[in-house]
Amino acid sequence: MSATDNSHGAEPTRRDFIHILALATTAVGAAGAVVPLVQQMNPDASVLALSTKEVDLSSLEVGQAIKVMWQGKPVFIRRRTAEEIETSEDTPLSDLKDPIARNDNIAANADAEDKNRVINPQYIVVVGVCTHLGCVPLGTSPGEVRGDYGGWFCPCHGSHYDNSGRIRKGPAPQNLEVPKYVFVTDSSIRVG
Amino acid sequence: MSHQSTYKPGSAIERWLDRRLPIIRFSADFMEFPTPKNLNYWWTFGAILAVCLVIQIITGVVLAMHYTPEKNLAFDSVEHIMRDVNYGWLMRYVHANGASMFFLAVYIHMFRGLYYGSYKEPREMVWILGVVIFLLMMATAFMGYVLPWGQMSFWGATVITNFFTAFPIVGEPIKTLLLGGPSVDNATLNRFFSLHYLLPFAIFGVVAIHIWAFHTSGNNNPTGVEVKDVKKDTLPFHPYYTVKDGFAIAVFMLLLAAFVFFNPNGLGHPDNYKPADPLVTPPHIVPEWYFLPFYAILRAITFNIGPITSKLGGVIAMFSSIMVLFVLPWLDTSKVRSMRYRPVAQLWFVLFVIACVWLGYLGGQPAEGVFVIQAQIATAYYFAFFLIILPLLGVFEKAKPLPKSIADSVLKHDKPTATPIAQAAE
Amino acid sequence: MQMKTILRPLIAASVAFAAAGAAHASSAKVEEYKAIDWSFNGAFGSYDKESVQRGFQVYKTVCASCHAVEQLSFRNLGDKGGPFHLDKCPEGVPAGTDCSTPGSNPIVKAIAAEYQITDGPDDSGDMFQRPGLPSDKFPRPFANPQQARAANGGALPPNLALVIKARHDGPDYVYSLLTGYEEAPASVQLSPTQHYNPYFTGDMSQLLKPEYRNAEGHPLDGVEVPLGGVLAMASPLSDGVVDYADEHVPETVDQYAKDVVQFLTWASEPKMEERKSLGVVTMGYLLILTLILFFSYRAIWSKVEH
Repeated sequence: MSATDNSHGAEPTRRDFIHILALATTAVGAAGAVVPLVQQMNPDASVLALSTKEVDLSSLEVGQAIKVMWQGKPVFIRRRTAEEIETSEDTPLSDLKDPIARNDNIAANADAEDKNRVINPQYIVVVGVCTHLGCVPLGTSPGEVRGDYGGWFCPCHGSHYDNSGRIRKGPAPQNLEVPKYVFVTDSSIRVG
Repeated sequence: MSHQSTYKPGSAIERWLDRRLPIIRFSADFMEFPTPKNLNYWWTFGAILAVCLVIQIITGVVLAMHYTPEKNLAFDSVEHIMRDVNYGWLMRYVHANGASMFFLAVYIHMFRGLYYGSYKEPREMVWILGVVIFLLMMATAFMGYVLPWGQMSFWGATVITNFFTAFPIVGEPIKTLLLGGPSVDNATLNRFFSLHYLLPFAIFGVVAIHIWAFHTSGNNNPTGVEVKDVKKDTLPFHPYYTVKDGFAIAVFMLLLAAFVFFNPNGLGHPDNYKPADPLVTPPHIVPEWYFLPFYAILRAITFNIGPITSKLGGVIAMFSSIMVLFVLPWLDTSKVRSMRYRPVAQLWFVLFVIACVWLGYLGGQPAEGVFVIQAQIATAYYFAFFLIILPLLGVFEKAKPLPKSIADSVLKHDKPTATPIAQAAE
Repeated sequence: MQMKTILRPLIAASVAFAAAGAAHASSAKVEEYKAIDWSFNGAFGSYDKESVQRGFQVYKTVCASCHAVEQLSFRNLGDKGGPFHLDKCPEGVPAGTDCSTPGSNPIVKAIAAEYQITDGPDDSGDMFQRPGLPSDKFPRPFANPQQARAANGGALPPNLALVIKARHDGPDYVYSLLTGYEEAPASVQLSPTQHYNPYFTGDMSQLLKPEYRNAEGHPLDGVEVPLGGVLAMASPLSDGVVDYADEHVPETVDQYAKDVVQFLTWASEPKMEERKSLGVVTMGYLLILTLILFFSYRAIWSKVEH
C-alpha cells in the first residue's frame, strides 16, 4: 500500500503523511526512552555527594607528604621545605617538558611556573595519577623513591616529577593535575 | 506457510552479501510473510509479548549495574537504585510492573491459543514451545522476586523451594541443592541472581524458535481454516500487521505507564519493603498475583490419596496443571480448530476462564472454610476441562459448518451467521 | 469499534487487578483507618513542603530517639523535591556556591552538623566522632537490633524511612495509629508496657480479663473482643510537645501526625513528584502516539476487506 509505495521512491502523498507522522512519533518516543537508559550510567547522587573532601593539614610537618582519597583517586599533599620551594620556583620554564600549569583553579592556558601550581607555596597539592597511563607515582611515603628531581617517580614506565609535580623526564606527557581546592582555614583544605 | 522468497538483491553489495549471509533476504521475507487477513486484536499479543521481553531485558541489565546480590546489601542496594541512581526509580518500577504486564499478556495469548485451537495439527510445536517459554518465565519471575531480599522475597523463596521436600527421599537433597544450604541464605540469593540474569536470554532463544515454528506452519486465524489461496487469504506482515501490532503495543504501553507512574506499588506487597528476616514470617504469605491460580491449586489438595500425602498431592497437582498443557494437542480430539464454530465448547471454555480467574482470587484468600471447597471445585474443573471435556467434546459435539476459506469468511463477516461470542472476539 | 474491543479486556484486567489488590488487604480485625485527603494523593498530588519540614522537626524531636530512618542521608533533605531544597542561595552564603546541590545547601549542612557521626579508623586505628556532613546517613539511635530491643522492652522500633510503603494504606495507617491511642476497654487487662490502639494489628482476645473467657481461654459467648491490638510504644505525641516556628500552625497531636506523615511519605518515596510529572508527559505522549497509529492503521487497512 501507500507505505510500501513510498519506499520505492515515489513522492510522499498527503495520504502518506499519517504514516510518516507515526514513524516520526515512534522515533521521538524511542529517543526519549534512551535518555534515562543513558543517564543512569552517570554518577549517582551518593557518588556526587562525596565529590568534595576536607583535609586537615595541621599535623603535617615540613618535609612530610600525605596521600588522601578523593573521588576514588589518591591526592598527594606535600608540605615543602624552604629549599624545595626555592628549587621549584627557580626552575626555568625552558627546562619543563610540559609548559602548561594544569591547575584546575586557574586559567587553562597559564604557564607552569611554580606560583601557578600552588595556592600557598608551602603546600603542593596534586592528583596522584601519572599522566602517562594512570599508575600512582612513588615518593609520598617516607623512604620511597622520589626520582631524579626529588618529587615523585612513577615506577610503571619511569616518569620523574619535580617538587611542583611537573614532569621532567620519562614518557608522561603532562604535569600532575592540580585539583580544584580551597583553603578553608590556614591549615585545612577542601578538595573538589 | 513457508513461502517463496521474493527478495531480489538490488545492488552489487547486496548480491555479494546475499551469497554469504542472506540477512537482508531473511528480514525481507520476514516482513513479507503472508499473514491471514482476518487476524483480530487477540493476535496482537504476540508482538506485545516480544516488546515486554525486550523491556524486561533492557531494564534488567540496567538494574544489574546497580544491584548487589549479597544478603546484607541487597535490600539497601535496591533502595539505592530508588533514591540515588539517575532514573533508577523508573527502571525498577518499569521492571517490576513490566513483569506483571508480561504475565497479563502471556495469559491472554494462551487463552487466545486455547480458544482458536492454535495448538492443533500442524502447530503442536508452536504450542509446546510456548509452554516452555511460560515455564521459563515463571522461573525467571520467581527468582527475580527474591532479589530485593524483602520479607516476601525471602519467605516466598522458602515456601516455594519447600515444595520439593514433598517428594519422598529425593526431595530434601533437591531442596538443599537448590538453596545451597539448609535454608534460604546468601548462597541462594547469589545463584538466583545469576540464573535470573541468564534465563531471559534462554527465553529469547525459545521465542525465536517459537516464531520459526509458526513461520513454518503459518499463522492460525480466527476461523481455524487453513490458508487456501495466498493472494486472497493473506496480506504481507508489513505494513498491515506491523501497524496493527504497533497500535496495540501503544495501547498496552498506556496500561504499563499507568501502573509505573501512578500506582507503581499497586501490584506489589507492602511486606517486601521490610528487609528479609529469617526469624519472622509475615502473617499472610501470598505470591505475586500471576502465580495465585497455581498457588490455589497447590492448597486445594487438603486430603491424602492413598500413599500420597496432601502436601505431595498439592505439589503434584500444581506441577500437573502446567504439564497437562504439554499434551493438550493430543487431548483435544476435535477436528475443528476454532471454537467460533464449536458452540458447546465455547460454553466450557468460558467456564474454564472463569475457573482460572476464580482460582486466582482464591489464591489470595486464606486457605480456610468455603475458600478451600471452592478451590477444590475450580481445580477439579481445571483438570476436567483438559482431561475429560476436550477429549469427549471432539467425539460428541456437532460443529457448525466452516467457511470455505478465510476470504469467504471475511466477505460474509457482517451476516448474522456468526455467533455473538465470535463477534465480540473480533 | 476495534478500539473498543481491545480496550475492553484491558479495562476488565485492570478492574481485576484492583480487586486482587483489595483481596490482599489484611483480614486482621482493626478499626477502619481514618481516610485523610492528603496533598500527595492522586495523579497530580504533591508534597506539602512546609508540612514535610515540620514533619522532619516532629521526627527529630519525638521519633528519632527510638526510630531510625535507615535509607536517608542528610543530603536527601536538600535533594530536588526534598523539604530543604534551595533553588537560590540565601544571603550570607559566599558567591559561587551552588546551593541547589545538597552538599552545598547551608540548611542541610547546619542540620548535618548538629549530629555527631562515628568515623574512622584514624591513623592510630581508633574510631572517632566528628560533626555530620551532608553525605552522611542519619545516625541510628541504636547500634544494632539487639540493643534496640533491650532498650524497648523487647520490641523493635521499625525503620521509618520505608514505613509508609511497608504498610497497607501507609499514610492513613500511620496517621490513624498516631492519633488513635485510647483508653483500653474495661474488658481487657493490660500490663504497664502494653498500650492499646484500635488501629494496631493484634489479637485482643488473648488479653480479655479471665471472667470473660472460658476454660480454654476463648472469649465467652456474647463477649465482644475489642478491635486492634497493643503495642510497646506509648502514644508518642501530645499537644504542644513540638514548638513550631510558624505560630499560625496549631501545635496539636492531629497537626503533628499529619506533618510527620507528610515527612515519612516523602522519606519513603522521595521521587514521587518527579515520577508523577514524568508520568503525565509519558501518558500524553502515548495517547498521541496511539491516536496517530490508529489513523495510520485505518489508512493502511482501508482498502482491505477484513
